[in-house]
Amino acid sequence: MTDAETITTQLAGLARSAPEDTLDAVLRRTDLADEYTIIEGPTGQAYVAWNGRGITAFVPTEAVGSPADFETRHPRKASFVDAPPGQLAGYLEHTVETGRLGRLPVDLSSIGEFQRRVLEKCAEIPPGEIRPYGWIAREIGNPGAVRAVGTALGRNPIPVLIPCHRVVRTDGRIGNYAYGSPMKRSLLEHEGLDPEEIEAQARQGVRLVGSDTTGIYCYPTCRHAKRIKDNHRIEFRSETAAIEEGYRACKVCRPAA
Amino acid sequence: MTTTLDKLPDRLAVDRDRAFPDLVRTLQDGIYSGALQFTPNRQDAEDVTQETFARAYRALSSYDENRIRDLELRPWVWTIALNLCRNRARTASRHPEAALAVDRVDRTVDTAGEATANVDLATWRLRLATLTGPQRTAIVLHHVVGLSYGEIAGSTGRGESTIRSDARRGLARLKTLLEEEEMR
Repeated sequence: MTDAETITTQLAGLARSAPEDTLDAVLRRTDLADEYTIIEGPTGQAYVAWNGRGITAFVPTEAVGSPADFETRHPRKASFVDAPPGQLAGYLEHTVETGRLGRLPVDLSSIGEFQRRVLEKCAEIPPGEIRPYGWIAREIGNPGAVRAVGTALGRNPIPVLIPCHRVVRTDGRIGNYAYGSPMKRSLLEHEGLDPEEIEAQARQGVRLVGSDTTGIYCYPTCRHAKRIKDNHRIEFRSETAAIEEGYRACKVCRPAA
Repeated sequence: MTTTLDKLPDRLAVDRDRAFPDLVRTLQDGIYSGALQFTPNRQDAEDVTQETFARAYRALSSYDENRIRDLELRPWVWTIALNLCRNRARTASRHPEAALAVDRVDRTVDTAGEATANVDLATWRLRLATLTGPQRTAIVLHHVVGLSYGEIAGSTGRGESTIRSDARRGLARLKTLLEEEEMR
């Protein structure tokens, strides 16, 4: 029983959706743009740009002003749209709310291998915690590259979402930020940290804290360090000092000198 | 889908770069579906789809505003796509062993989870290959992609009544073919 209708129904069933990356591939072939919009970030409005691979930029509006300024400084053409596509919008909202990258795709394809590794490592730092530059250098297997880590973070195209504000100076002071130290402080404050306290500890030379019940030392903002009761809390000026007292490093925050 | 296309030529004329992604979004599924039938394998279909829009963009960049406003976008983009498909098929016939090798892999396309109503892409491509070129073009563009006969005429430069009779003859041929298959 082959009638014309059966055939045309089957033919209509041959239609397929184009692969998801088609638009992005076309835009790349034509040197066309990312898209961008303005969202409410953790501490104010920000421009956020993306392409088919993920987020490409995050810039606080107080740093660039008008959309025209943003488009000028963005490395590719960028077209304003009202909102990111559905799924990306959901992931983005989750990242802004939680301070964790989660499943939010980021496009680091146009930056170098070293910087990409620095940024990926940086993204592992949980909200409400800070690490020194040297920690990233050591974690990515380049313990001597502390300055290069600082430079790589200073050129982070997706700050806030990739939380380079959670990386501080080796002496414990909060240090510089691409959009100014006050913004770094307010981002940390937003995550429940007290910038004054961080600076005070740095001045006192406190780099690490340990618990005399567990014999483990951590970075002061490690979630395990925060649980230490005041009467069991021991402060150390260096890794060596902690080790000399018979303490071992926390396996979660993996402190290094 | 059609409503988007209605205003698109004007938007392309005014702000090409901003409107262009909508052209791709609106037409990409159709182009890809057609290219799957007109090219030897899925990789070629993906390439042809991308290259079609890349060429459309370059063409738009060289057209003046009035020419863009007057464009019948779907037939215009399909003219580009059909040319690319023809070139692809010609290259493949010069290197039959390569085409064959990928085609064997391609039979797994539908198992990737997008299978609809048990329609087997590979089987139908073999059936459609028995039609004449113009019949196949008319059948695929009308029944698979959903172009009107007028739009197909616009894409191919042939008359609308010719397209209609190509499609009619093509369908009759497919009907005979399926009846033969059932008897086997």
